[in-house]
Amino acid sequence: MIRVILPQHLRTLARVGSEVELEVEGRVTQRSVLDALEARYPMLRGTIRDHVTQQRRPFLRFFACEEDLSHEPPDAPLPDSVASGAEPFLIIGAIAGG
Amino acid sequence: MSKVRVLVGTRKGAFVLESDGKREKWDVSGPHFAGWELYHIKGSPVDPNRLYASHTSGWYGQIIQRSNDGGKTWETPGGEKTPEPGAMPPPASNKFVYDSSSETGKPLTTHQWYDGTQKPWVFKRVWHLEPSLTDPDTVYAGVEDAALFRSTDGGKSWHELPGLRGHGTGPKWQPGAGGMCLHTIILDPSNPGRIYIAISAAGAFRTDDGGKTWKPINQGLRSQYIPDPTAEIGHCVHHVAMHPSRPGVLFMQKHWDVMRSDDAGDSWHEVSGNLPTDFGFVIDVHAHEPETIYVVPIKSDGEHFPPEGKLRVYRSRTGGNEWEALTKGLPQSNCYVNVLRDAMAVDSLDSCGIYFGTTGGQVYASKDAGDNWAPIVRDLPAVLSVEVQTLP
Repeated sequence: MIRVILPQHLRTLARVGSEVELEVEGRVTQRSVLDALEARYPMLRGTIRDHVTQQRRPFLRFFACEEDLSHEPPDAPLPDSVASGAEPFLIIGAIAGG
Repeated sequence: MSKVRVLVGTRKGAFVLESDGKREKWDVSGPHFAGWELYHIKGSPVDPNRLYASHTSGWYGQIIQRSNDGGKTWETPGGEKTPEPGAMPPPASNKFVYDSSSETGKPLTTHQWYDGTQKPWVFKRVWHLEPSLTDPDTVYAGVEDAALFRSTDGGKSWHELPGLRGHGTGPKWQPGAGGMCLHTIILDPSNPGRIYIAISAAGAFRTDDGGKTWKPINQGLRSQYIPDPTAEIGHCVHHVAMHPSRPGVLFMQKHWDVMRSDDAGDSWHEVSGNLPTDFGFVIDVHAHEPETIYVVPIKSDGEHFPPEGKLRVYRSRTGGNEWEALTKGLPQSNCYVNVLRDAMAVDSLDSCGIYFGTTGGQVYASKDAGDNWAPIVRDLPAVLSVEVQTLP
């Protein structure tokens, strides 16, 4: 079970609490986690990565295990502790704006 | 007794105001979607409880929201939580992809950027939603970068009407200060094939075949800020209004100049007359008097607030040229708000109500066609749009 922590606005949009749990088949990567998240919560499609380019939105970052994984390749394996569910995968909205 | 519902989009959420036909006491609900920018909210003329909202964010992109109960509850069309892993996902209601297919689309060309270079089209947000006059599941969306989309399934999926962007003049379109947005969509109630749109800064366009082909309708516009002031393309149209009983008569608030067309946009003439400044964003028409129109003059270019710090609506009962200032109940000193292009609307009660919202968060209303004004809500976030529904 993969744990994903969403930023506040996306929790509201998906009508979930701060953390969601997902089953991910195969390798646990950014892409497979986001695919599973969007399949379970279709209203999140397009809000984290662009519909067409699949690029991460510039005001969002991906953190896990006290590391910034935002610029890791989308198919790179996530840390074992994320894959095991010991640590969450965090989607962070930039603290900016008025 | 009739009711009035006012749909207010702000920088930080949506608000729904309701009153009975007396329009004295208003119930305010909201903020809906707190913290998000609500560019526009509009109800279906066929089913007034069907509302569509453009819900956007610089962080998370575009969301389309829909209500089937007049704004009490909302949903992202097709965005329901899937019942089980592996289930077929519904179409994405926030997916606006320019049609560049060889079968139906047009090549994605470039448009002019602020510095005069060319940039490719990139979708940013929906500025305006215009529900069909005949089908509650059909709705048009005017987007930035400028293009027109349509949904025929209640907002679940969107398809571009590529003939507009493919008109061939795209490389001459350029963004205004707010972006290169398609902000005005007017459906002709007497002719299902006729649609007017306006783009800042390209100009106004008309289709007579339901959106397949488009014609620029900018003859008579004059804009000193483009190399050829009378060019076919490049005018910064801020808003266009039409009275449904006279769909060939259009009124336009341009970046500067208030304009009028009596031939469905084929030609325009200036009707700024005695306005203190002919710059502004909003323009609208009285519900029962097609020659009575309203604007809010704004000082420009740098300031974008009312001249002399006096918030004044100007009314012309002669279809332009002769204007009177309407001030009763509006602040006449130290007022430095703006009124943005989609932030004025009218109701259709016997005594026509006029409504507008400000960047200072007030929504003002007049229940006597502009003679007297009062705020019906104040201290909201900056108002981006105001729409009004007159309900049975």
